[in-house]
Amino acid sequence: MKAVISKLSGMLKSGKISSSELAEKYIDAVKRDNAKYNAYVNETFDEARKSAKEADARLARGEGGPLCGMPYALKDNICTDGIETTCCSNILRGFRPYYSATVHEKLSACGAVLLGKTNMDEFAMGSTSETSCYGAPLNPRDSSRVTGGSSGGSAAAVAANLAPFALGSDTGGSIRQPACFCGVVGFKPTYGAVSRYGLIAYASSLDQIGPLASSVSDAAIVYDAIKGKDPKDMSSEEVSLSATSLSGDVKGLKIGMVKEYFDCLNPEMAARIEEVARLYEKAGAKIVSLGMPTLSRALPAYYIIACAEASSNLGRYDGIRYGVRCKNYSDADELMTRTRSEGFGKEVQKRIMLGTYVLSAGYYDAYYKKACAVRARVREEFDAVFGACDVLFAPVSPTSAFELGYAQRNVIETYQSDLYTVPVNIAGLPSISVPCGKDKKGLPIGMQIIGDRFADEKVLSAAYFLEQNEAFCEDDEEGGVAL
Amino acid sequence: MREMVAGLEIHVELSTASKIFCSCSTEFGAKPNTHCCPVCTGQPGALPVLNRAVVEYAIKAGLALNCEINRRTHLDRKNYFYPDLPKAYQISQYDEPLCAGGYIELKSGKRIRLKRIHIEEDAGKLIHERGYTYIDYNRGGVPLIEIVSLPDISSSAEAREFVEKLQLIMRYIGVSDCKMQEGSLRCDVNISVKDGEGPLGVHTEIKNLNSVAYMASAMDYEFRRQCEVIDAGKKVEKATLRYDVSSGETLPMRTKEDENDYRYFPEPDVPPVEIGDALVSEIEGSLPELPMVKINRYINDFGIRPQSAELICRYHKVAGFVEDAVSCGANAKNAVNMTLGTIFSTLNTEEDKENFDIKVSPAGFAALIKLYDEGKINSGAASSALMKMLETGKGVEDFIKPGDMKTLSDDELSEICRKALEENEDAVREIKNGKVKAMGAILGGVARAAKGKADMKKAEELIKKFIYE
Repeated sequence: MKAVISKLSGMLKSGKISSSELAEKYIDAVKRDNAKYNAYVNETFDEARKSAKEADARLARGEGGPLCGMPYALKDNICTDGIETTCCSNILRGFRPYYSATVHEKLSACGAVLLGKTNMDEFAMGSTSETSCYGAPLNPRDSSRVTGGSSGGSAAAVAANLAPFALGSDTGGSIRQPACFCGVVGFKPTYGAVSRYGLIAYASSLDQIGPLASSVSDAAIVYDAIKGKDPKDMSSEEVSLSATSLSGDVKGLKIGMVKEYFDCLNPEMAARIEEVARLYEKAGAKIVSLGMPTLSRALPAYYIIACAEASSNLGRYDGIRYGVRCKNYSDADELMTRTRSEGFGKEVQKRIMLGTYVLSAGYYDAYYKKACAVRARVREEFDAVFGACDVLFAPVSPTSAFELGYAQRNVIETYQSDLYTVPVNIAGLPSISVPCGKDKKGLPIGMQIIGDRFADEKVLSAAYFLEQNEAFCEDDEEGGVAL
Repeated sequence: MREMVAGLEIHVELSTASKIFCSCSTEFGAKPNTHCCPVCTGQPGALPVLNRAVVEYAIKAGLALNCEINRRTHLDRKNYFYPDLPKAYQISQYDEPLCAGGYIELKSGKRIRLKRIHIEEDAGKLIHERGYTYIDYNRGGVPLIEIVSLPDISSSAEAREFVEKLQLIMRYIGVSDCKMQEGSLRCDVNISVKDGEGPLGVHTEIKNLNSVAYMASAMDYEFRRQCEVIDAGKKVEKATLRYDVSSGETLPMRTKEDENDYRYFPEPDVPPVEIGDALVSEIEGSLPELPMVKINRYINDFGIRPQSAELICRYHKVAGFVEDAVSCGANAKNAVNMTLGTIFSTLNTEEDKENFDIKVSPAGFAALIKLYDEGKINSGAASSALMKMLETGKGVEDFIKPGDMKTLSDDELSEICRKALEENEDAVREIKNGKVKAMGAILGGVARAAKGKADMKKAEELIKKFIYE
């Protein structure tokens, strides 16, 4: 793994390269390579040049932090003032918000340079990014395979060196799984650690914005810049810890291995995570074996809660105020119905139907209420687990990247492949997905390091240790900006 | 014996300066869609931030209506599609309302119990013009409380009294202006017929009643209608009705309301609200004297008639004005009468009385009343001086010169009184026979002769003395 941000930041600070020159390098790379990967769905090069110029002025005055002048990409469900934001859905084609997400405002204030908006599953619903209305992004490690999803474009942009970092959103694994499939680092912070204002909601109680980057230290720098309480988001909280001083010291660190995470895991991945655990042990960490009997119930609970909230959150796309409106209608009811039937893709419609069903009178108790009870139980079990250890090791996905089209043919299996990532969202925990080698097919595999609520720094620090270890840092250099 | 059984659901717009989930203004009557932002128009990615003042206003309302304040409460989403509802859900409260219980006591002593009070956001407004429908979202996100009564109401008169008392209390505590014509108080009625000791009948709901008078006639009509249905041997059917003002009938609404399943669930964007005892006591301490208590005090302490007390207390500012004048030394009874008579004659509308924007200060008013109290001027002189004061904003000294006041000596007054007695022998006889009212005729004679310069109190004493001597 390479510390791209610190390296580029050093070059910018020392004047070896200007922000404008750096932006041009990335712009050229995106122009050249994006057709191959379909990572970006909307490029903002004019705005990028303007922000780069401003960053150069700040740098010239000796001002600016590590992200001043740093190019980056945003998932297309993060609102950008005056810049088209579509969630990769036909229903929001042409939608230009007149406000920015708090994370975008924070990064802009740091002097970071937005290169464009990245591809994703429509409204973040999917595990492969193939439900995008712009077509699927392709995995830079193997372009016959998917990037994962839903933040597939962000993962591809980072993996293909088309952005030093990108932001994604994670509702059930949407940062961690594509990061894993594309061999980059993806960090899902504690629920509430990063403002959701301006993130177009999929499932409000689960959604969380976080960074995708080439290294743990890069992810930590970005996290540090976007975290903290936001008066515009009541669920956000002050994060007092500074995530930038990672020690990577794991002496005395108690690592939990929860049996249920490994029960049915394919041996190749299990062996890899074991190997990593032994490495930590050698450096002074302790391994603790633990159990979470309700863990397997997190997946159905997740789909019920996520779809329930989505059915409500997506009600506003009715063609009345913004977005695309259907052509022919005779009254308001028909306008809303046709707009929604024409504008939403199949997967989104399916989840809206599911969510509407589980909230309906007569079904609420059997589904939604029960799912909330499971959620409470899973949280309790995590609380117990974190009474006995500092961080957990867990897999990210049962497999490495699928072939294109596979998920569409194997819907249930694809839903089930979220089983390792959703418990974290159910409980609001921080978790990082870090690459830990390749499988027999030569595809990246990754693992999760999970922490207790607001133990984000502990998670990053534990992951940083792995990054320091040569054996796990095979860099793939293909295309993009050569560093 | 058939009895009306009715319950009310009342929406009251709170008069906080900003909306419930954003900082947009709640001002009524602004140009359409000028008090709007990403939050109250439901733009993608926007999030609600609960306005603490809304919670405090609602607690205030709850305490004034004798409710229990729940120490933990949360918001829920009520999902339905309508063009004036920008998020396709209304943030409201379902199973954990802010206030529970409570009651309003009617004059008869009967208590109309409340089920609950909860907070929620208002929707926008559809405007139909020139064959098009426009939407004004200014009202979207304006804070409301919904007050739900139990079916304790058994006549339209009780319903009317209930609503009027509620309006009065809400205005007194300053949480709402409760203007039905501007929609800041809206009323739905659930109504059914109870036949003797039999079970409660099926109820119908009359929606969107926008005046107290319409509410009363709608209830009376609907009660008669239901009775007729029963008389015809048929069953009353559950229905949502509207009141047609021109025909005076209740008519079925063309609505899918009854079939609607709102799919309530806890609002994930607003964390549950914890309410501390300290906040509740603080708000309780800030409550002004409530109108019913004030009316009783006026009747007892000021010795004024109940009707006068009610009229004065109907307007918080008027009551405040009178009380200030009294504490400046004015006689309470005279201050009340002069307010109801002279000052109210210059305030034509309810709104004028509500605003009570007059040019006379309580102290200036008290100075005038004192002259009257002391018998230095008579009521006519006092009233005409007050009119001039109200017009010009000048003090009493500008209109009543020392020369205008009683300068008649005791001897002069005695003389006039004797003359008046002579001229009114019949009246004197009547008084001796116990008809005290006849005194008026004699005093009238005195006043005419004295040309406003007599101390009428003294004159009355003298006349009594002369008659009974």
